Amino acid sequence: MSRVDVRKTYKLYIGGEFPRSESGRSYPALDARGRVVARVAQASRKDLRDAVRHARNAQASWAARSGYNRGQILYRVAEMIEDRFETFVSQVQVTDPDRRRARREVTEAIDTIVWYAGWADKFAQIYGNLNPVAGPFFNISAPEPTGVVGIVAPQDSALLGLVSRLSAVLVSGNTAVVIASESRPMPAVTLAEVLATSDVPPGVVNILTGHTDELIPWLADHMDVNAIDAAGATPEQRRRIQEGAVHNVKRVVLDGEFGDRSPYVIAAFTETKTVWHPKGL
Amino acid sequence: MTLTPTRQAILPDRLTNSTLTSFLRSVPSVDEVAVAERVASLSTRSIKRESKAHALRMAISMMDLTTLEGMDTPGKVIQMSSKAVRPDPTDPSIPSVAAVCVYPAMVPYARQAVEGTGVKVASVATYFPSGQVDIGLKVEETRQVVEAGADEIDMVINRGAFLSGDYFRVFDEIVRVKEACGDAHLKVILETGELQTLDNVRRASVLAMAAGADFIKTSTGKVSPAATLPATLVMLEAIRDFWAATGVKVGMKPAGGIRTAKDAIRYLVVLNETLGEEWMSPDWFRIGASSLLNDVLMQIRWLETGRYQSADYFTKD
Repeated sequence: MSRVDVRKTYKLYIGGEFPRSESGRSYPALDARGRVVARVAQASRKDLRDAVRHARNAQASWAARSGYNRGQILYRVAEMIEDRFETFVSQVQVTDPDRRRARREVTEAIDTIVWYAGWADKFAQIYGNLNPVAGPFFNISAPEPTGVVGIVAPQDSALLGLVSRLSAVLVSGNTAVVIASESRPMPAVTLAEVLATSDVPPGVVNILTGHTDELIPWLADHMDVNAIDAAGATPEQRRRIQEGAVHNVKRVVLDGEFGDRSPYVIAAFTETKTVWHPKGL
Repeated sequence: MTLTPTRQAILPDRLTNSTLTSFLRSVPSVDEVAVAERVASLSTRSIKRESKAHALRMAISMMDLTTLEGMDTPGKVIQMSSKAVRPDPTDPSIPSVAAVCVYPAMVPYARQAVEGTGVKVASVATYFPSGQVDIGLKVEETRQVVEAGADEIDMVINRGAFLSGDYFRVFDEIVRVKEACGDAHLKVILETGELQTLDNVRRASVLAMAAGADFIKTSTGKVSPAATLPATLVMLEAIRDFWAATGVKVGMKPAGGIRTAKDAIRYLVVLNETLGEEWMSPDWFRIGASSLLNDVLMQIRWLETGRYQSADYFTKD
């Protein structure tokens, strides 16, 4: 008698748990030749709402951790991806069969996380400042996390694109709701399993798979989302994001113009707080 | 001891602890599994959009907006009271809540803040939340609070006495506090989280209603678990049976731990299915809560705009 394979169910990642979509829906993930390789959960607006709620609840305590600690946790994520190196390579290969390129993408993803982890306790020194003012005051500016950030992950670079956008958002103390690449969802789901076992607190990262077009309006209109990284959105979707953003003046970052690694991406998801303190009293 | 004749009808003729004990043992026992099943099936009921919009406004009008913290200040109470009168300053169509519920020392400030608005002032008394003092002090505190301007008194039962089987003492204390209330409404807090079994919840409900409670209330909010749907269902059924036996209507107030609009609607469903439309009014049903109000306001705004809302855009109370 032949054995039946035990196949993985590709689920969502919300609040540290792996639920199916509350809608019960799923959609097929295809390989490079158009064959169905898995069915992944198709998130609904209610899943997105739940994800934002968890991201909001997790945000204050994530931001309150020391930069050093956030850096350690991101480094731990890199360790866990390294540990599952071959799994990630084979999942990248589902849509991009070239093995050398796939290995390069996974390696690059790991190194990018380590690179951002290093910034966790340093970026504030670059973007903070003691401002010269015409009076007897210390005038100090310091960057603070924007809050809950929605990330429309890059469509083509399913792993590297996702981890580079995500790392930049997490470093400063934001929490994230990610809409994974619609056509290449599998590495994102496996990344969720990595995050769940890397000391990243529940709710800090939430990953949804599904139809980007269906989810974007709910994300764009959500009053409790403070910023959106539209890296993976089409021009049409970007317009929709900008329309929704007006209701609560969301910060919208339209493209990954700074590349996969840049401290400017960290800065894009921070707000500058300036305080005045009297001198010589 | 003065008793209401109609309520007295269900009690034994001669009231002693032993006659009360055998009377309470004759109260039908509760099937916990059936209660859990009933509550679970009512909780999953889907509510249509228009009904939800209606239910949310109704929930606000039934709310006892509460602050019972050691750090309460007159300023905080006044702020909460103005929110009670006009929960959403940007939308005058949102009704006022039913009452504000505060500690005795805060009653004068609350009274002044809601005067002439129709919002009532409720205050906890009888050395809330433990109630562990002599009955004389409880009666004295109740008088003072009523004099200070409270329309409604939330008292706690003596759980220590109840759990040690001294039912007469529990009964007697409620009767005497009721006397001290005068015209003020009396809500009797059973603290179901400390009563251990649903049978006890049912017995305490009957005891409180027979002793003169205008409302029975689940919890102080200081003990976990606070209000639960099963305890609420048991109390509602006790109210229904008491009504059938005596013709006296008693109100119900779940309080503590009800934080989301979804929870509030579940309580309304259980209420409607158990006692029906007659009880669907602030005169007969209250929800004790603090953070619930903002969640309900956010749900109303979401229904109106189609955009999920953020707590950043609603006043903190």
